[in-house]
Amino acid sequence: MSEWNEIVDYFRGRSMWMLHYCTGCGAIELPPTMTSRWDMERFGITPMATPRQADILLITGYLAIKTLKRVVYTYEQMQAPKWVLGFGSCTINGGIYWDSYNVIERLDKYIPVDIYIAGCMPRPEAILDAFVKLKEMVQKGEAKGYEKYVKNYEWYKANQDRVLKRTEPVLKRIEKVTKIG
Amino acid sequence: MVIEFLIKLVQGIGIGALALATGLLFGGIARKIMARIQRRYGPPFTQNFIDLFKLFSKSSVSHGWAFDLGLVAGFAPMLAALMFLPIGSFTLLPSDSSLIMIIYLMMMAYLGMAMGVLASGNPNSAIGMSRALMLMAGYEVPFAAVIFSVYLFSKTGYLTQIVAMQSGGFMNWNMVKMPLGFLAVEIALQGMLGEKPFDQAIAPAEIASGPMVELGGKYLGFGMIQHSVGLFLETGIVVDLFLGGAPNFWIFIAKQFVLYFIVVLVDAILPRLRVHEATSFFWKLPLFLGILQALIVIIQGGVINV
Repeated sequence: MSEWNEIVDYFRGRSMWMLHYCTGCGAIELPPTMTSRWDMERFGITPMATPRQADILLITGYLAIKTLKRVVYTYEQMQAPKWVLGFGSCTINGGIYWDSYNVIERLDKYIPVDIYIAGCMPRPEAILDAFVKLKEMVQKGEAKGYEKYVKNYEWYKANQDRVLKRTEPVLKRIEKVTKIG
Repeated sequence: MVIEFLIKLVQGIGIGALALATGLLFGGIARKIMARIQRRYGPPFTQNFIDLFKLFSKSSVSHGWAFDLGLVAGFAPMLAALMFLPIGSFTLLPSDSSLIMIIYLMMMAYLGMAMGVLASGNPNSAIGMSRALMLMAGYEVPFAAVIFSVYLFSKTGYLTQIVAMQSGGFMNWNMVKMPLGFLAVEIALQGMLGEKPFDQAIAPAEIASGPMVELGGKYLGFGMIQHSVGLFLETGIVVDLFLGGAPNFWIFIAKQFVLYFIVVLVDAILPRLRVHEATSFFWKLPLFLGILQALIVIIQGGVINV
């Protein structure tokens, strides 16, 4: 059975479909990565339109709390062998938004990140490097972030709830507001 | 009797697998051609096989029984239509109305797929499917006009006989005898395969890949199988109708590939039309060519005396 799993992992590494969630300036690095200059399709990586079809979720840049909610929805809609790439220093420590009131600092508190790409901005070479690294990890069976999410769901959920409750509309909590006033 | 049935069953499964493998290979080569046109290196030509394997190794989520049934109903008529198609010199189920049968079953496949993807309830898939059906109303009309002229010309709906009538060299092919009809079918084929400028149904950046929006994992794998078998079927029927069929399987897929190669080249240079523009285009130029061809056949063949 382990031989079969090795074969499956080998082919999973050769064919990874990517959904890019572009919130910040990082989106601009992706067109050169996809098109003729760097051509990521030669590794079997193609951009896909919806989370249902995708294997990789590429988060480029900062996540405001409201967008974090959408990212969590997107991640949970993806089908089981799925990996997350955190792109840019904003997903690692908040980057230039490190002291902002409505931007999260560390992405892997909320969803499991398999690989971080450091830099502000990472160049297309760095993205391709991360893809090749992810391919090696998948083929060795090391990239198991999606299993970690299922196992530690309570911890991730608690972290998500702690920040997401700040996105509740103010007018729904009118009695709280008036009490403070 | 039972032995005969079992042999037919095994042959049928074999034809299905062969059509799938050919369709996937064509898709992979098309990706490579497209990459080279855009001055990229491109994926290996076996990429589509790897993608299909990966899709079937993923987990997947269903959207109810109509969703499951729709995918089967979209795939089964395609397989059934293959059984009536002369592939090389081999036809599994010879029937004297095979042409009508194939046209009917091809339409059934689209309706089955429509049922499946609409059950997912996603608005994007509803938009995509309505576009696909509207486009079908466009290209089926010139295609039907051409089928009509082939029918009148050959005076039979038996595909094996139509192929036999074209034997004996290039000048006997229907492509030479009915050039206008061939041109109309070539344009209609572009729409049938959903390549640009007629890829409104699966516009990825516009309506998030349309009908496929809720398909994931094994369901998307089924969609890919359906597309590949459809590619084999739709190019195969044009080969049988216009390019004189083939004496064996290899020449058959070579002729199919020539047709598909033209489609890919057109796909590489043209942008996407809007759906009403595409439909009205089909009702103008290809339909005009098709009707003109039918009139020429009627006058030449002496079906009515002018």
